Order: sequence, then C-alpha cells, then structure tokens
Amino acid sequence: MATDTMVRKTSGRQTKGLTFNPTRPAWKEPVSPLYQAIKAVVLGLITLSIVLPILLVVSTSLADDQQLVAAGGYVLWPTHPTLQAYQAIFSGQFMFRALGVSAVVTAVGTVLALFVTITMAYATSRPVLFGRPVLLMVLFTLLFAPGLIPMFLMVKQLGLLDTLWSLILPGIFGAFNFVVMRSFFMNIPQELIEAARIDGASDVKILWKIVLPLSKAVVAVVGLFYAVGFWNAFFNAMLYINDQTKFPVQLVLRNYVVQGGGLADQLGIASTPPPQSMQMAIVVVALLPILLVYPFLQKHFNKGVITGAIKG
Amino acid sequence: MSSTTSEAPSAPAPEHAAASTGPGKFRGGKKKASAVAKQSFAGRSFKVRWKRDRQMLLMMVPGVLFLLLFFYIPILGNVIAFQDYQPFLGIGDSDWVGFQNFVDLYFNPDFWVALRNTLVLALWQLVLFFPVPLGLALIVDSLMSSRIRRWFQSIVYLPHFLSWVLVIALFQQVLGGAGLVNNELRHLGLDALPFMTNPDTFPLLATVQLVWKDAGWAMIIFLASLASIDGSLYEAAAADGAGRWRRMWHITLPGLRSIIILLLILRIGDILSVGFEQFLLQHDAVGPGASEVLDTFTYFAGVVGGGWSIGAAAGLAKGIVGALLIFAANKVAHRLGEPGIFSKKAG
Repeated sequence: MATDTMVRKTSGRQTKGLTFNPTRPAWKEPVSPLYQAIKAVVLGLITLSIVLPILLVVSTSLADDQQLVAAGGYVLWPTHPTLQAYQAIFSGQFMFRALGVSAVVTAVGTVLALFVTITMAYATSRPVLFGRPVLLMVLFTLLFAPGLIPMFLMVKQLGLLDTLWSLILPGIFGAFNFVVMRSFFMNIPQELIEAARIDGASDVKILWKIVLPLSKAVVAVVGLFYAVGFWNAFFNAMLYINDQTKFPVQLVLRNYVVQGGGLADQLGIASTPPPQSMQMAIVVVALLPILLVYPFLQKHFNKGVITGAIKG
Repeated sequence: MSSTTSEAPSAPAPEHAAASTGPGKFRGGKKKASAVAKQSFAGRSFKVRWKRDRQMLLMMVPGVLFLLLFFYIPILGNVIAFQDYQPFLGIGDSDWVGFQNFVDLYFNPDFWVALRNTLVLALWQLVLFFPVPLGLALIVDSLMSSRIRRWFQSIVYLPHFLSWVLVIALFQQVLGGAGLVNNELRHLGLDALPFMTNPDTFPLLATVQLVWKDAGWAMIIFLASLASIDGSLYEAAAADGAGRWRRMWHITLPGLRSIIILLLILRIGDILSVGFEQFLLQHDAVGPGASEVLDTFTYFAGVVGGGWSIGAAAGLAKGIVGALLIFAANKVAHRLGEPGIFSKKAG
C-alpha cells in the first residue's frame, strides 16, 4: 500500500474537478464524467445500505411517541429526541445485569486471551525444544473442529455450565489471532533478541522488555479482535447458560428483539414507550461498544498488521 | 538466505534467524544456515536444551492446556457417535452401537434436507458473494482521493464487526414484516412482501445478508494484492498505448490471479461450512425446510432433541469430510504452484 501511494504521489499532477486529492499519474487518461458518476452512485448506494439501517435504529430508539405513531413505527431523524426508551429498558435489574455480564466476559476474556496468545506465539516463534510439535498442535485446529456436542459435554464435564467461565474459557485462544501474533514476532529483528540473550536476559524478560514494546500495534489489534468476539458471542450463552441473570446482551437481543419475546413482561413494566423503540434501544446498547472501539481498530488496518499476516 | 536477511541484505545473518525463519531462498545459504543450527542446537544434549528453554516451555503451558481441554479431549468425545449415549450414564457406561448412528443418519430425511440446503447455500455464496469483494476492491483501488477511499473503507469494514444477532435485527427492522420497507408499501396501499420469512427466497436473502456483513471485509485481501502490483507496469503499458480496460485485463487481473485461485479453492474446500449463527437465528422465521444446514441439524437433533449420539455422528461426519476437502483443496493449490494455507514448511 505504501509503495502504491508513493508512485501516485511522485508522478501526480494537478487536476481539478471531482478528485480532492490531486495525485493522478501523468499517464492516466482523464476519467469520463459518466464513468465517474456511475462510480459515485455505486459507492453512494453501498454506503447508504450500511449507514441507513444503523441510523434508522438509533433514531427510532430516540424518537418520542407522537412522532413514532405519526411515522408508522420508524423515523430517520428524531424531531424531539428523548431517552424514555432507555430509561424503560434500564428500569429493572435485567438489562443492567446483562450489560454487566457482557462487560465482565469481554474484559476478563480479552485479558486471558491476550496472555495465552502472546505466550504461545512467542514460545513458538523461535527454534526451541518442543516448539515444532506445539506449533503443529495449533495449526491442526485450523483443519478440524471437535464439534458442538463434544464441546458441550466437555464444558458440562468441567462443571462450567451456567457460569460465566463457560462464556470465557472456550474463547481464550484463536488460531487465527495466534498466527497474526506469531508472524509479527518473527519479523522482529533477531539481532535485538540475540543481544539481550548475550547480556544475560531471560526469555520472559526479553518478551516483556523487548518484544512486547515493539509489538504494541499487533497486541492492540489482536486484543480488539478478541474483545469484539467476546462481546458479539451469543451462541455460547444460548448453549451453556440457563440462568436468566447470567444472560449477556447478545442473548437478550436475540430473545427479545429477533425472536420478539415479551420484553415489557420481562422487565416488569407496563409498556409505556412503544415496544419498537425499546427494542431499538437494546439494539443500540449492543451496537454502541462496537462503534466506540471501531475507530481504534480501524486505525491499524492500513498498517498492514493483518494483511501482512494473511499474505505471509 | 532467510526472509529476514533477504529484506535487509546488508545485515549479516544472525544465527537464530538463519535457523528459524522462512524457507531458504537458495540452496547454499540454506545449507550453511542448517550447519550453523546444528552446531548451536543439535550438538547439545536434551538436558542442556531443557535448561536453556525452560522459560519458553513454561510459556507454552497455558496454550497447550487450552488446546487439550477445548480441542483435543473434546475430539476424543466424538466417540459418542459410536454409542447410544445417555447423559445419566456418561461415556463410560453407555452402550456401544458401532455405525448404527451413521446408518440412522442415512435414513433420516431431515439430514438430507440439511445437506441439500448446505450445498445450495454454498453455491449461492460462491456465485453471488465471491465476486463482490473483488469488484469492490477494483473500484476502491481506482479511487484517486485518499480521503474518500479511507472513508469508504471505514464504512464497508464496519458490518464485519457486528454480531449476527445484530445483523439479523437490523435486517428485520428494514425488511421484516413490520419493518421500514413493508411500512412504506402499506402506506402506498400495496401488499407487504415477506422478505424475511419466505422459504423460497431464503437462499437469496441469506446471501444478501452475508454480502452486507462480510463483502467489505473480504475486500481487504484483494486490496493488499492490488497494492503489491508494481506501479511501473501500468506506466509502461500506458506508454505503449494500453487503455484503462486493457491495463486491467493484462496487468491487474493477472496480478490477482494467484489470490483469486487460492481463495476459490479454499472456499470450495470449506463448502460444508456456510455459517451457523445466521441460520440458527432465522430457523424459526423461515422454517427448517429452507434454513436447516448441517451445523444447525447437529444442534437441533443433538442438544434440543436429546439425540446426542446422532447429533455427534452428523457433526463428526461433517468434520471429517470437511477436513478431507480442505486437505484436498490445499493439495490442488500446491499443484497449481500457489502457497495454500499451510505448506510443509509451516511457518
């Protein structure tokens, strides 16, 4: 990506019109307005198809009764924004608890996952005793999956059913994240590590003082991947959790929005705000954390952390 | 010599890097490297290496423990596919029935429905989903303004990070029976259309959902390959009078050839996995006739229906055939001279 933009920048010349960034190479023929227009329409429609549903949901969750009724259930822009739907869903313990469960699972899960992934990736990134067989042990997981029922029996056997550990432990290691992390570690100049060894640093110290400070970007990306994964998981909860007080947000979303369960009954309130806006409020609660961390995730995409690992 | 040194030719090859990283670029270098490696590792006794690598071994413990508990021991749990498993008896005391569960599976019409749906959905995904990221990548790559480019990329990557529950909820709000589009249709005095509940059009709906969620993200790998095409090729071709379309045909597409072939082969190798949560979530709305896939069959027959053994048999059959297909696909990729997902020199 870097060389690509460099070529364009050095051989660019000034153009006017639709392009904001005048980096067109001299040899490129000018684009016809028709072609340009078609492209703009295609890009516009794609953007709209993604932005519109999200806007619709956020706006409807904030709209007041009168506007909702007048508009027939949906609004694209709330004229008198109100938080009554949010007050309603957070009126009982139910939604707070769900949010708490999701937050704990995500936080604890991400920390444990980073610990397991970093240690494993570093230990197999150099030629050490048992390094090769352990690496093959990981790579085999890409080929085969144990299957849903044996996993369920295992979680049951470990006594994790109906505990938050059943949502955390099965997800604390992912082969893809391991590969990303390991290939990053392997690209760290070996001279640095060798020098530290000669100076008598232990492997743990090398990892902590030399490798990790150089790997902040990949740790951030992999950590965010794990966090998003834990936050988004719903099937684990459906499989392992029966106790309603341990439902994460995604399962609440599934039960009361996708399946359309009686939300007002569950919350123990008379449905004062229209059910539609309460449902939308739950959707927003599930969506918001992703939207908040997304800019941080996005920042690293173009640094080649992920694509480098995929290609390498 | 090794991937580290080939990137920085001026640096002398350090002992560790030469022994560890990447496949050797030319024979002589590799020989020398392995000679160095021999000197520094193989000459030492197991005890010395154990002492030297103690901390590294310690660091492998959490990961290995995880793999044993949540991968390798559960794999052994698949033996219940050959049992009449009863939860109160456990694996130890349940009766062994040989291949009876697989025979039952063969005579179970629901299993064949699930298999057919899986293959139909895979075909739809191959035809409708596969080309979209490539097309998107070509459009994005042709954008001159880096600001528009960045914005567009930010927006189309976003749905990949939304959960399937959220995606289905969003689709319901727009296309569902009480959703935005049907509201508008009723306003106009037209009949509402059952986008989300019609079993006949479900494969199309499911593929559209997949495109919405993941096409943008799948584009990232094509963009990386596009960026690695040498820009001077385009310049030279343009100087020789090749127009936009000729350049795309003779430079861009050949440059993407290997990644397209690789992804295509991998997708075909993974044909039995079309997704799980997406179909589980819409199982009630559309009905099992259209939305039951192999993975949901395992769940409903095994966990919900209590047929643990037949569910495990379906899961095991799928897992083994799937692994063989991936393995075969990888072989084909090697045959075509492409790297594949894993090579003999893994890592």
